[in-house]
Amino acid sequence: MPEMNAVPALRAHYRLQWEPAQDCHVLLYPEGMIKLNGSAGEIMSCVDGERSVEQIISALQTRFPDAPGVAEDTLEFFTVAHDKRWLEFG
Amino acid sequence: MTSAGLNSAETGGSLVSPPLWLLAELTYRCPLQCPYCSNPLQIADLKDELSKDDWLSVLRQARELGAAQLGFSGGEPLVRGDLEELVVEARGLGYYSNLITSGVGLSEKRVAALRDAGLDHIQVSFQSSDSEVNELLSGSRKAFEQKLRMAEAVKAHGYPMVLNFVLHRHNIDQVEEILQLSERLKADYVELANVQYHGWALENREALIPSREQLERAEVVTNAYRQRHPEGMTLYFVVPDYYEERPKPCMNGWGNMFLTIAPDGAALPCHSARDLPMNFPNVREHSLKDIWYESEPFNVFRGDDWMKEPCRSCPEKDKDHGGCRCQAYLLTGDARNADPVCTLSPDRGLIDDALATANHHARQPVPMLFRNMANSDQLIASG
Ligand code: SF4
Ligand code: SF4
Repeated sequence: MPEMNAVPALRAHYRLQWEPAQDCHVLLYPEGMIKLNGSAGEIMSCVDGERSVEQIISALQTRFPDAPGVAEDTLEFFTVAHDKRWLEFG
Repeated sequence: MTSAGLNSAETGGSLVSPPLWLLAELTYRCPLQCPYCSNPLQIADLKDELSKDDWLSVLRQARELGAAQLGFSGGEPLVRGDLEELVVEARGLGYYSNLITSGVGLSEKRVAALRDAGLDHIQVSFQSSDSEVNELLSGSRKAFEQKLRMAEAVKAHGYPMVLNFVLHRHNIDQVEEILQLSERLKADYVELANVQYHGWALENREALIPSREQLERAEVVTNAYRQRHPEGMTLYFVVPDYYEERPKPCMNGWGNMFLTIAPDGAALPCHSARDLPMNFPNVREHSLKDIWYESEPFNVFRGDDWMKEPCRSCPEKDKDHGGCRCQAYLLTGDARNADPVCTLSPDRGLIDDALATANHHARQPVPMLFRNMANSDQLIASG
């Protein structure tokens, strides 16, 4: 689990972009592509190398006030994304 | 950009997904002559290359259909002087662009120009870590030194260093040295990819297949490295499918996500598909949209209606789609057969025979046919 004040950033050479043909966000990297589901895409879109985990969670909670468990989901996603080496914590 | 709904077409009751990966084989010209090259044997007959404008149109059309990953390969893509312009267009369109090169023809200046043009990634292929074997196999003396310098230049310009080593009988015993060399170069990713037997590689199969012991040793060395350096270079080890019991899920399914455009404009569901006796549509005559969704060659092996037994009633058919159509055709004479690599295939004996021969010959030199235009001309002439 990341610390609340850790700042996630995409790993070098990774790019996040919205793909209309696939109707989702994808993560692009050398010779690879990962489709992100809706919530993963929303979380990843907040990763800018400046905002902390805590700030990202509160931004998402403001945007999706009715969604339950935003904090848990976000922390869980960051843990997985870090294990998969999609992002780094600064 | 069209919406997802507009990009799907109904074919035979199943929904066809858009092409997500585009492989642009810019040219069959190449300064090297690798005997395991996956290019078709008839390269000498396919010299009429697409123009820059043709390629720009291909890039735009494929992006509109949904392609996001783009590979520039060949032959040697650096031979094309308009590569930088194609890269600029690719970046503008939103592709993630990869250059797959032998490093020959690359210069420090060109790396910088490609970087400025917006290229995302460069992969440099090596034949071996040892320059002698390397030169033997690539048919070039200067190639190896040049490659080392270019791998360093790639890294110096801020790219991740992705090294690709094609493994076969003559270099698979050097995996330890290959990994040491890669570490010295500060590689980030290392692909240890055993030859797959298509094109020129099939022609040279007897000389290239490693023995079972060689393969097992190489895997042990690779796994030991991974354990010693859990945070180190990422290693990919690709086993030759002849030593597997099940075929690879070739291209993740025919006409499912991969689209290759050959140097002369032929559109292929896989870069090896020219092995098949089919008339592939050409981008000079048809739109990519028609090619992908409507053309016969792209539809013929979609889904599983085309399958024969044992695949047709096999519970694993969704996993491997019956394997590689080209391998089935080249070895059994019928592209609808199960890939003979599968131990459930009645033709598995063909693979076992090839392995037995290779294991028997493993210590003797077998002459190799180098991939070049002169040899291609001869093969064409002899039919
Ligand atoms: S495999 Fe060798 S000969 Fe074939 S295109 Fe690549 S570098 Fe050239
Ligand atoms: S029989 Fe066909 S579908 Fe079944 S595992 Fe073998 S190749 Fe795959």
